Amino acid sequence: MVQKDDGLRSRAEGELMAKDQLMDYQKALEAYEVVIGLEVHVELNTNTKMFCGCANVFGDEPNTNVCPNCLGFPGAMPAVNGKAIENSIKIGLALDCQIAATGRFARKNYFYPDLAKNFQTSQYDEPIAFEGKIDIEVPSGKVFTVEIERAHMEEDAGKLTHVGGSTGRIQGAEYSLVDFNRAGVPLVEIVTKPIYGAGDEAPELAAAYVRSIREIVKNLGVSDARMERGNVRCDANVSIRPKGEAKLGTRTETKNVNSLRSIERAVKYEIQRQAHLLSQGVAIIQETRHWHEDRGATSSGRPKSDADDYRYFPEPDLVPIKPSKEWIEQIRATLPEKPAVRRKRLMELWGFSELEFRDVVNSDLLDEIDETVKAGAKPQAARKWWTGELARIANSENKDINELAITPLQVAQIAELVESGKLTDRLAREVLTGVLAGEGDPAAIIAARGLEVVSDDGALLAAIDKVLAEQPDVLEKIREGKLQAAGAVIGAVMKAMSGSADAARVRELVIQRATEG
Amino acid sequence: MELLSKSASELASMLVKKEISSVELTKAQLDNIDKLNPKINSYLTVTHELALSQAKQVDDQRAKGESLPALAGVPIAVKDNLATIGIATTAGSKILQGWVPPYDATVVKKILANKMPILGKTNLDEFAMGSSTENSAYGPSLNPWDLTRTPGGSGGGSSSAVASMQAPLAIGSDTGGSIRFPAAVTGTVGVKPTYGAVSRYGLIALGSSLDQVGPVTRNVMDAAMLQDAIAGHDPMDATSLPESLGSMTEAAKNDSVKGLRIGIIKELTGEGFQKGVSEKFNEALEVLVAAGAEIVEVSCPSFQYAIAAYYLIQPAEASSNLARFDSVRFGLRVMPEGAATVEKVMSATREAGFGPEVKRRIILGTYALSSGYYDAYYGSAQKVRTLIQADLAKAFEKADVLVSPTAPTTAFKLGEKQEDPLAMYLNDIATIPANLAGIPGMSLPVGLAKEDNLPVGAQFLAPAREDARLYKVGAVLEKLLEAKWSKKMMDFAPELKVN
Ligand SMILES: [Zn+2]
Repeated sequence: MVQKDDGLRSRAEGELMAKDQLMDYQKALEAYEVVIGLEVHVELNTNTKMFCGCANVFGDEPNTNVCPNCLGFPGAMPAVNGKAIENSIKIGLALDCQIAATGRFARKNYFYPDLAKNFQTSQYDEPIAFEGKIDIEVPSGKVFTVEIERAHMEEDAGKLTHVGGSTGRIQGAEYSLVDFNRAGVPLVEIVTKPIYGAGDEAPELAAAYVRSIREIVKNLGVSDARMERGNVRCDANVSIRPKGEAKLGTRTETKNVNSLRSIERAVKYEIQRQAHLLSQGVAIIQETRHWHEDRGATSSGRPKSDADDYRYFPEPDLVPIKPSKEWIEQIRATLPEKPAVRRKRLMELWGFSELEFRDVVNSDLLDEIDETVKAGAKPQAARKWWTGELARIANSENKDINELAITPLQVAQIAELVESGKLTDRLAREVLTGVLAGEGDPAAIIAARGLEVVSDDGALLAAIDKVLAEQPDVLEKIREGKLQAAGAVIGAVMKAMSGSADAARVRELVIQRATEG
Repeated sequence: MELLSKSASELASMLVKKEISSVELTKAQLDNIDKLNPKINSYLTVTHELALSQAKQVDDQRAKGESLPALAGVPIAVKDNLATIGIATTAGSKILQGWVPPYDATVVKKILANKMPILGKTNLDEFAMGSSTENSAYGPSLNPWDLTRTPGGSGGGSSSAVASMQAPLAIGSDTGGSIRFPAAVTGTVGVKPTYGAVSRYGLIALGSSLDQVGPVTRNVMDAAMLQDAIAGHDPMDATSLPESLGSMTEAAKNDSVKGLRIGIIKELTGEGFQKGVSEKFNEALEVLVAAGAEIVEVSCPSFQYAIAAYYLIQPAEASSNLARFDSVRFGLRVMPEGAATVEKVMSATREAGFGPEVKRRIILGTYALSSGYYDAYYGSAQKVRTLIQADLAKAFEKADVLVSPTAPTTAFKLGEKQEDPLAMYLNDIATIPANLAGIPGMSLPVGLAKEDNLPVGAQFLAPAREDARLYKVGAVLEKLLEAKWSKKMMDFAPELKVN
């Protein structure tokens, strides 16, 4: 389903922000068994929307890609986008699902101002794809088979912006604006069966699963798969039960978890929160919860029960979809290699050790490094940049590394400049900072900031002579063969050159100069 | 007046022969509307300037010798639940008062492409929910045969306009009989084509799986020409039929019913039907038999569940279709008292904007779709639908067309059934099965009931996609009856006094 704010139900802000107590994670895992279930929404990147001819583009002026249909005007009728169906089938096949001989759309009825028709055209009891599975490797190297219950098509809702008020939510807002550009954008919702037995790796499994889905839809070319733009969104269901208990615990559904890091953190948080409550004899409330990235916590949304009544019924304005066997096989033949196959191939191609490669996968950097290598970088250099400096920056800025404003091509360019000796590591880091700050491509930044390595030995020698003259004792030591003493001189020279010198060359020249004289 | 009582096909041929211009015809038509409409209330909006400018355009094109469609220059009225660019479209509801659509319904596009000047938008029960136009937020239309009576519903605006010479042709929509019942009680011809034969795009939906747009006219040939003008596949309507059903105009040229097997539906005759209605219906059958048709009796036992099923499916679909009227994007917006939240604004708007019958059906439909009740109500109703289709399939093995009176009675008095929704619903007993089964139906005038001198309609039904059969039998029966009466149905109509 489309993400809903809880605004139509009145709830006190104080209640929303109440601070939860958490049980120690390891203790929680000793006492309870964790069951998770994941619903991932994938926004398809078709040229047009699901049921009308409006452009499906991100970031346009609000309410410019709209028509009577996606605005829900009286008398307007939906017409199915065939490409969206094809892409949904691709996703289904990539997840080893069966494809339905007949898929039907249904209306899911509820009132909300971002939902033009006040019903969402979705699929209910006849999804396009069902009963699939996917192997997911977690950081420890363990592989879990996650069973897919279904993948169904639906349309996205519009986007609400709440103006005024302190929370940015509908309650307390002075007024709200709605942008229907996103209304009717095709979505595929992929729903797992309950996942048992992941134990303390449940949070990592959840994140690794979403990473795999993202990788799949990206490689299929059916979605831009950018989580920061909401192309891939995850709702995480979590329940726990005392070990040995047969009955499932009450689950919560945490929404608004839109980065891999958040998914892991949110699942962990819910486990700890629920464990604390159960240990105190407090029952878990079945509800939707919201993830707050800033506070690293979930908060209570609206109560949800299985009796939530959306009055589903078959969409009478559409006829059932009947993909022919031939068509399905044609689509199957165009599928790209499976993620596991691709990984194996890339590991061999790049010559990474198993440890290095797992680090890349777990850091969610496979695509970035693949593209950086394709852009001309050496695999090890690409790996070092992404898992090293860039990971450090993302971490310090509390961001997903994929959100950093740098392209694989730019990383490849920097790596190449270092490789050819035109940049020192330190200068390269400065160029990187410039790229991330949006100052342009590496070449432009080098020119603007004057960062190129000084390879004119004349300037270097002048600086070296000056430093050596100031430190006669050091000069003496070098002459005596104590070469490690050169370090102090090198440091001073580098400082004098404002870092724009190649340290190795400086060392060479220092020793040469000292022993000459 | 003589000009205005001519049929559309006669007018079309006068236009071709340049015996009259479209501007003259349209002007005369508008003058009559200005005279009658204040009393009869057939039109909610009259588009004088638009109609005349369209008429002028056709005349110019004709003067230049351009080739034009068959009905070019013949003016037409459009039911006010079809979207029209630049013309207010209300669906008979306050909630859409003053709403001007930015797009045309496909049917409207086709009317414009056929160069037919649009006279205006006709009255209807709010969102086409009703059988008398008394549920219109803008007051009822009156029946030109007796101004104290209903012209039928929901399309009473279209039927009264055509019957009172305020338009030679009109477009209606039929969800449970909204074209055929008004036709029956106003002495006009009304056709509900096969579901999907005419695009629904731009028709403000009532029951999406039941709605169908069709013609309201004064004779069978006119209806045939109009259906040909508006039918055809539309990629904007996923339920629209991909194939053409052939030429209805050709079918309406038929002159023989020899050997035609006509099935009388046992469940739709006799008890419960007004005496004068049954008499005229039987006379019509005798005329057909005399002309060589063969009468067989057929039984459709599941018709007894039709009304019950219909009043679950239609309100269910309507409850969802009408959810979009929430004041956020278009139409009426009512601010509640006190602090406004979006939920309160939506509620206040719907409370003020919808009439009682609409609210009744939204509640019915919401209930029927509710979890826990779905199988018992909506689910069972859909099963009835399948049973009715099976009954009809069997009946059509024995007969080429089926026949019954269109309605149990002639036009009832305004106000007579307003307090009794159930009595109003029962009115549709003969027309509803066609909508549930998706088959075509035609109501044809067969004379006046002895006891009240009001028009009686006979309804013919054909299998899906066999609309042509209706026009074949209708054209012959019409000709035989006119020969028998030595006048046309409309010549029986009393003179209208509107002062
Ligand atoms: Zn659109």
